[in-house]
Amino acid sequence: MMLEVKNLTCTRGDRELFSDLSFKLENSQLMRLEGTNGSGKTTLLRTLCGLFLADEGEILWDGVEIKKQDEAFRKELLYLGHQNAIKSDLTAYENLKLNCLMSGINVSQEQLMDALDTIGLFAFEDFPVRTLSQGQKRRVALAKLLLSKAKLWILDEPFVALDAAAVEQLQSIIAKHVESGGGVILTTHQEVPLTSGELVRISLNKEKTSHV
Amino acid sequence: MFSAFLLILKRDLLLAMRRRSEIFTVLFFFIVVISLFPLGISTEDQLLKQIAPGVVWVAALLASTLALDRLFSDDYEDGTLEQMTLTPVSLPIVVLAKMIAHWLLTGLPLVLISPLVGLFYHLPFESIKVMMLVLLLGTPVLSMLGAIAAALTLGLRGGGVLVSLLVLPLYIPVLVYGAGAISTSMVEGLSIQPYVLLLSAFMLLAIIFSPWATAAAIKISIE
Amino acid sequence: MKINWFKYSAPMNFYPLAGKLIPLFWILAIALIALGLYWGFFKTADVLSDQKQYYRIIYVHVASAWMAMWLYAVMVAWAMVGLVFNTRLSFMMASATAITGTVMTVIALATGAIWGKTSWGTWWDWDPKLTSFLILLFVYIGYIALQSAIDDVRRSDKASALLALVGLALVPIIYYAVNCPDPNECASLHQESSLERVESNILIAMLITTLGFWMYSFATILMRVRTIILERERNTSWVSKLKEFNN
Repeated sequence: MMLEVKNLTCTRGDRELFSDLSFKLENSQLMRLEGTNGSGKTTLLRTLCGLFLADEGEILWDGVEIKKQDEAFRKELLYLGHQNAIKSDLTAYENLKLNCLMSGINVSQEQLMDALDTIGLFAFEDFPVRTLSQGQKRRVALAKLLLSKAKLWILDEPFVALDAAAVEQLQSIIAKHVESGGGVILTTHQEVPLTSGELVRISLNKEKTSHV
Repeated sequence: MFSAFLLILKRDLLLAMRRRSEIFTVLFFFIVVISLFPLGISTEDQLLKQIAPGVVWVAALLASTLALDRLFSDDYEDGTLEQMTLTPVSLPIVVLAKMIAHWLLTGLPLVLISPLVGLFYHLPFESIKVMMLVLLLGTPVLSMLGAIAAALTLGLRGGGVLVSLLVLPLYIPVLVYGAGAISTSMVEGLSIQPYVLLLSAFMLLAIIFSPWATAAAIKISIE
Repeated sequence: MKINWFKYSAPMNFYPLAGKLIPLFWILAIALIALGLYWGFFKTADVLSDQKQYYRIIYVHVASAWMAMWLYAVMVAWAMVGLVFNTRLSFMMASATAITGTVMTVIALATGAIWGKTSWGTWWDWDPKLTSFLILLFVYIGYIALQSAIDDVRRSDKASALLALVGLALVPIIYYAVNCPDPNECASLHQESSLERVESNILIAMLITTLGFWMYSFATILMRVRTIILERERNTSWVSKLKEFNN
């Protein structure tokens, strides 16, 4: 078992987003988080990463609370948020290299170039990211998925701004990760077909919204 | 851990090199402020010598406060700061690297340009040397104390003015002893050693404590 | 018998308790300040060393100055409790304390200036004590400014608490720098406390007024905390059941 969430309650300001949420994520599972806008999907993902403090409840990784493990947990985690976390003044290559090095992934130049080619940025490696399109910028951020050794991927709307080809590619990257025993939690409106493993759905919608 | 430190340091320097003009903006702000005082007060020799220590430090304080805005805000806005808190490297190390990079880009240039102030204000050679020394010791403290306030005000409207309000009072000890040392150097027979020792002590304390406080502030701000 | 102190760390339980305590503190404040000032104006000598009647501003000046410093410590203590135990009420107490502390600092500065005008012939003098209080005012204002600049309550509480802590760590250094700008002169910083030389009658009046100011601070802090509680908990069921809102 990988990630376990027990009785999680989160509030933003004086608004309760979700309460008493419990679930487990096992190896080779893909969890799709569903919910309307403002239901707290992003907050939940950020809470799972340790970026946001829950009001109540605990989050366990390999049976130990994530607060208590800090670096050990962060080594196993890859988080992609709404923002791409890339610098517009640097090239795609430099961005990917820095992102990998900061996460403690040692990669060769070939691996980096391969990853960028695979994600569809062939011949764009040496342009400043500033000059790329939104979708291409997203791809620069996503290229890290190809090189990461993290077991748990937490992806917030990873398909946004991608074209059909890139969506397909990302779907297969995610499927491959699940196949190799990794876990993925994501929010998306896109179906992700799996080659193996299991799909779990969690809904953050409150009962109230159903009879509108 | 040290390699991660160097990585962040190099990264920030590389980023700054891609936008060189910003380094010069701070530097020229410093020079402009310095040259306003003689125009506003008096161009008389003796008076200039007297006010020079205070003027150079107040200008340095203002310049470094202005520059603080750049320390974390870019990384905050594009989500990189968030990613940094999720890397296996401990956040205070990342923060220390960013502070040092920031000082190299905004503090060190002030130290290097300061002989110009000496010329403007007719300071003796001995005082110019002292001025460079105390700026070398004091400006890192400004960067490090300022980093705490910069982290606390991340993403706030009017953050720049707020940062000044928060940090300028905290800069007072550096101002008092930094300016005091330069004034003392112009008086025969007085030692500047106590000033230098105090400023060094401030620097050590800042290196030890401010990365932790700043890291805590960042975690509060990105939540 | 065990008293459950944690019961009152919940805003819901603290709100009515504070409501009951406020009148008590007001009565004590008025009584003590009246007594202290009466004693100070009519039972003490007309001349203190070389200072004439005007020295009597000391009763307000010293009391507010003590409170200004003490309240900063109280504020930091609440902020620390909040950061460590993550209790909402402590942050509310800290921010309520800040305002009263600022008011006390302003009173101390204003009375100091008036005293300065009568005894030194100038409203402002850059003497270490006045300067320290000016900086204390800046620190208070910084705290309040940061707090009001952040919309998210949780972030605003924690961020300003951290700022208060950093302020506390730096205040001794700032104080030293202001008191001893020339380290060649004062290798040993030794400020003689003038309390022992003060006539016991004056001292008693001063202490009573201070106690009165203290009660006043309690009263205003509790009033402000009640407002903050209402503002922050306005959507909870216990607030909507309060009889103040159900007439």
